[in-house]
Amino acid sequence: MDLENQRRVKDLTDKHGAENVIVVLGAAEGEAAGLAAETVTAGDPTFAGPLAGVQLGLRVYHAVEPEFKDEVDADVYDEQIGMMEMVLDVDEIIEEMTDIREEFCKFDD
Amino acid sequence: MSFSVVKGSGYVLVHTPDMVLHNGTTQTTERVVNPESEYLKKLPNHLRSYQETVSYPPNQTYIGNITPEKLSEYKMPWYDKNIEDADRFGKYGEIMPQDEFIGLMKIVDVFDLVSLEKSFVSDVKEKLENHPLITDELINKLKEGEELEDIEKHIEEYEAEPIYNDGKVIGCVNRAHDVDINLNAHTIYENIVVKASGALAMLNLLNKNDIDPESIDYIVECSEEACGDMNQRGGGNFAKSIGEITGCINATGSDTRGFCAAPTHSLIEAASLVQAGTYDNVVVVAGGATAKLGMNGKDHVKKDMPVLEDTLGGFAILVSKNDGINPVLRTDLVGRHTVGTGSSPQAVITSLITNPLDKGDLKITDIDKYSVEMQNPDITKPAGAGDVPTSNYKMIGALGVKRKELERKELLNFVKNHGMPGWAPTQGHIPSGVPYVGFARDAMVEGEINSAMIVGKGSLFLGRMTNLFDGVSIVMEKNDGKTEETEGASEETIKKMVAKAMRDFASQFSDE
Repeated sequence: MDLENQRRVKDLTDKHGAENVIVVLGAAEGEAAGLAAETVTAGDPTFAGPLAGVQLGLRVYHAVEPEFKDEVDADVYDEQIGMMEMVLDVDEIIEEMTDIREEFCKFDD
Repeated sequence: MSFSVVKGSGYVLVHTPDMVLHNGTTQTTERVVNPESEYLKKLPNHLRSYQETVSYPPNQTYIGNITPEKLSEYKMPWYDKNIEDADRFGKYGEIMPQDEFIGLMKIVDVFDLVSLEKSFVSDVKEKLENHPLITDELINKLKEGEELEDIEKHIEEYEAEPIYNDGKVIGCVNRAHDVDINLNAHTIYENIVVKASGALAMLNLLNKNDIDPESIDYIVECSEEACGDMNQRGGGNFAKSIGEITGCINATGSDTRGFCAAPTHSLIEAASLVQAGTYDNVVVVAGGATAKLGMNGKDHVKKDMPVLEDTLGGFAILVSKNDGINPVLRTDLVGRHTVGTGSSPQAVITSLITNPLDKGDLKITDIDKYSVEMQNPDITKPAGAGDVPTSNYKMIGALGVKRKELERKELLNFVKNHGMPGWAPTQGHIPSGVPYVGFARDAMVEGEINSAMIVGKGSLFLGRMTNLFDGVSIVMEKNDGKTEETEGASEETIKKMVAKAMRDFASQFSDE
């Protein structure tokens, strides 16, 4: 995750509290999604950005995960994400995201 | 009005290992932030030799010695594969070694800003004298060279940017002003590299296609640098400066910018200028970017592979009046990402791919080949950026499925049949749509394919003036053989034939 986005996530979490923040990712593959998810839960694994060593433990989902998909209007989802859902390796992304959440997310819901 | 045609193209690469170390921004940034880093220590051991770069299959594809179809027969990764007996010269262009290119930087420098050491000049002069496209007139611009101690003085005292070859300082690019940052040595270095590599592409275009430079009316340059001074940072004009060096005495030109989308914007501009009759022969040309050399070097070194971003890229395409032979540029089938399009991948692909198809009542499967961002996946995959062309083809195919023009189970076949492997260096504008134009022209003239869509996309947000993304596309199509003149003539002939028949018919009445 680039440094500017790390800063935004950190600032928003400081302002609203970790329990009130959900991060929604749009990364194109499992590995990249996992790295971003790790950054906003366990801290920046590259130790380069504002989240280095900062364990926010935020709720984090990818846009193709059912937890997000089931919350939004189906027509809008189809219009905005339907095509990419066909292209991405959804199972791989869900597996990667679930692993990260189970290990590092502070909220058990 | 008749459509314009793609009359020829030139594609060049320049092997620049020392520029990877000293001019690529990943390395220059690392040197500021972390000068003792392991990466900087390891990097020199990961640079390829000139011969390795020449025989690298994607590079042989870029200059036209093997087709994209042939490249796809090589199993990835490609960096451990070689094309046997690979030639530096190809059907569309060449791969120039660094020393000759440094000589060319001096040749194109009209303000005496490039200083080269004497013995280096005499070595490189001999090499360039054997180069088929470098004329005596150009060789003479190399001059005699200077003493090394004078060059070192420029570097130490006057902020000149050193030029390295084989790890040694053999020259420098001097600043053109002592205060103006737009004329400092760093900027002038980048700009002279653009000019030299653009000129090399232009020379190859003219030579490989037997085009008289004096026939060129207009030049559009579409790289990603800007030349100007502190009062007009992007004043221009690389286009005319390239025309000057390459003998296009009847041409003027201008620079078009649009990040990686600029080449396709320029192609559409050139097609429109020719179709409108404003100019007969318009060249779209671009040189390469030193800043992007070794951009993904950290990942390549980490994965213990060669640093593959060791070449500058350049290209030139000639757009001319319809000759009834070369493929036409369908200006009626143009796609564009507008301000209001939105940024979801679906909206982007719709605006660039299906909107132009709808104008021609075409299906996604009616276009034989899509030329998208043709980045070499050998470079991008180890860096975690995936296989860019394949992702694009999947998105186009998925939109086809949504439009019910394609069965979902046919998605991978669509990628295989309508797509290609990426072969272009990650030089921003260089991989964007245009690398296939040369192959497309040949395949259409030979009757192997009927149509291709050239797609360019650009990340405008990098310039911080807008959050928007950008892109344009245009369909290139096999020529049906009818030019405006032949159509006009045949119509005239038919009228005469009808008139004659009427007269003959009437005369029968009078005879009776």
